[in-house]
Amino acid sequence: MSTIKVDQVSKLYRATSRSGGLTPALRKVSFELPPGEVIALIGESGSGKTTIGKILLRLVQPTSGTVTFDGKDIATYSQRGLREYYRQVQGVFQDPFSSYNPIYRADRVFDMVRDVYFKGVSDSDWSARIEAALDAVALNPGDVLGKYPHQLSGGQQQRLLIARALLLDVKVLIADEIISMLDASTRVDVLNLLVKLKRQGLAILFITHDLSLGNYVSDRTIILRHGAIVEMGGTEKIFGNPQHEYTKMLLSAVPELHKKWQHSPLGPVAVVANGAAVAGQTIDGGPNVPVATALTQASLVDELTHAEQVVKRDLRAVLGGTRAVASGKSQVAMALEPPTLREFEPDHLVADPE
Amino acid sequence: MSVNVANLSVAYRSRRGDVTAVDNVSFTLADGEIMGLAGESGSGKSTLGNALIYLDQRMKATGGTVTVDGRELPIADTRAMRPLRMTEVSLVPQYAMSALTPTRKIGQLITDLLKSHHVKDTREVLTEMQRRLELIGLTEGVLSKYSFELSGGMRQRVTIIMSTLLNPSLLIADEVTSALDVSTQRAVGEMLLEFRDRGYVKSVIAITHDLSILAQIADSIAIMYAGRLAEKASTEAIVNEPLHPYTQALIASLPEVGVRADQVTLTGIPGRPPSLADPPPGCRFRDRCPFAFDRCTQTPPFEEIKPGHHVACWKVSQERAAASGRPVVGQAAAEHAV
Repeated sequence: MSTIKVDQVSKLYRATSRSGGLTPALRKVSFELPPGEVIALIGESGSGKTTIGKILLRLVQPTSGTVTFDGKDIATYSQRGLREYYRQVQGVFQDPFSSYNPIYRADRVFDMVRDVYFKGVSDSDWSARIEAALDAVALNPGDVLGKYPHQLSGGQQQRLLIARALLLDVKVLIADEIISMLDASTRVDVLNLLVKLKRQGLAILFITHDLSLGNYVSDRTIILRHGAIVEMGGTEKIFGNPQHEYTKMLLSAVPELHKKWQHSPLGPVAVVANGAAVAGQTIDGGPNVPVATALTQASLVDELTHAEQVVKRDLRAVLGGTRAVASGKSQVAMALEPPTLREFEPDHLVADPE
Repeated sequence: MSVNVANLSVAYRSRRGDVTAVDNVSFTLADGEIMGLAGESGSGKSTLGNALIYLDQRMKATGGTVTVDGRELPIADTRAMRPLRMTEVSLVPQYAMSALTPTRKIGQLITDLLKSHHVKDTREVLTEMQRRLELIGLTEGVLSKYSFELSGGMRQRVTIIMSTLLNPSLLIADEVTSALDVSTQRAVGEMLLEFRDRGYVKSVIAITHDLSILAQIADSIAIMYAGRLAEKASTEAIVNEPLHPYTQALIASLPEVGVRADQVTLTGIPGRPPSLADPPPGCRFRDRCPFAFDRCTQTPPFEEIKPGHHVACWKVSQERAAASGRPVVGQAAAEHAV
């Protein structure tokens, strides 16, 4: 079976700033992507999720570690081997509006596939294949063929790119944030399409920062933080019973329609605490004193506001300690060695706190 | 009422004639209200937000009035609007955090901004600025940094602080939580709430395509479709018992944490919004609406179905008329929601 196996993959980027040094984008990440499975790779910006996708597509070389496909290290492919690899492993990216050349008709992406892989296929056979691929992504050929990219909606463009992947003998699809640029009304259609393709045996790496989307489509979930896996396992287990503090924090921050964010107890709101009033009412010292002045007089120094508490708590969760919270998470230096993953229950690994 | 928008229409000039992107939109905002404005891309929500503060060369107001704190805004007159910007109405434009100039430090940027608005007592405002930075967990240090040295969340928070520095009555926040991580989204969302609670801004229009964020921070939500308002009601009403078929479909298409494809298959809305260059007559959602009937070829009025709940849909209006004889007012709505 065509399984992609990621083994102890690390990636260091060299920082270009004055401070120099190396930034670890991935720290010894290992997982397997078997056929017929959707893995949601969830992480915040800078967590390294896109780097994983790029390494799987061989657009980026890992600093250490290997990626194997059918037991063969993908780094060793020759040019021809790579072409065969791309026949089976394809990527679709975030921004459909920049994946097309606006000068050409959108279906040119199909012609380009034909030029590389299917030179010998007859015209009638080829159009039959295109129709089958479009049918698989629920597009009406009349709606999309011969159209320019700007004449198609984002959802149509994204589905057209998936159809392009299906024309090939695709076994693995790397879907990097393919939903985030789409409108709510078309998002679900693309998600449902992924589920359908999965049932037909396609392996899908669904890279996203959106936990609810990841939860909806995936069988297994990987939570990535600072380039290391902090929690991994069956999606129901991760979302139903999150163990790592970071996962819990992410889940608590997800905006949900029917549940308000759990508001942690508010610190005293300074304006009220100092005798001034809020929102449109008069302020201590007369109606004409602007709020700004009243606040200048008020002492805020020791009072944590709610927002501040939220930020500090989040950062503390991110940093896993009590380091200076205002420094910003991107400036945190990290060890290359990832936290150890331990088995919490079958198919549910949790990393030690970092 | 702190903000009153009445029959506002905004058009883009084009070589083939005007394209009306905002068509006869009316709504009001109370003091301290955060109104969410949601809709698909191209629905006109950003155009509406921009029109309240700055009409650029391509745009023109073709009708309607905007009143803030009892004063009518001269929105058609870019020059006359100038002194009102930042003091009466302020905007955090979409992608603003990515558009901060990389050649000036944040502190210089703010001083420039205050200078261009002829603020006399710069020092006092800057003290206030530091206080607010502290409030949301940033240090004074960001003032001596360049924009590219800050993370996305920090930049977004700085942008909001800049826009609200002069305590405007109305803040228009265009997609301020998009492109941020969930934890940062939450910090920015709660920052908006905090600023409202403290009176830094009187009322807020939060423009976004993300209904779940609005469910967290907004008091009311207006749904826009193809340049017109489809529905406006309290957040609870929109989330729990939406009346307009478009809102219903939109809410039904959102996956929530805990919903999995194995158990529930959500459905999107087939089709796409009509082109605004040549919109069809009548209800613009007609082609995609499962309930459309012959009356929908006429434009439905945006009427108040229940107190505070406005809907533009013939089906809803008709059911309401039919149900008006019944003792329970909410009956029709409950049936409809099923």
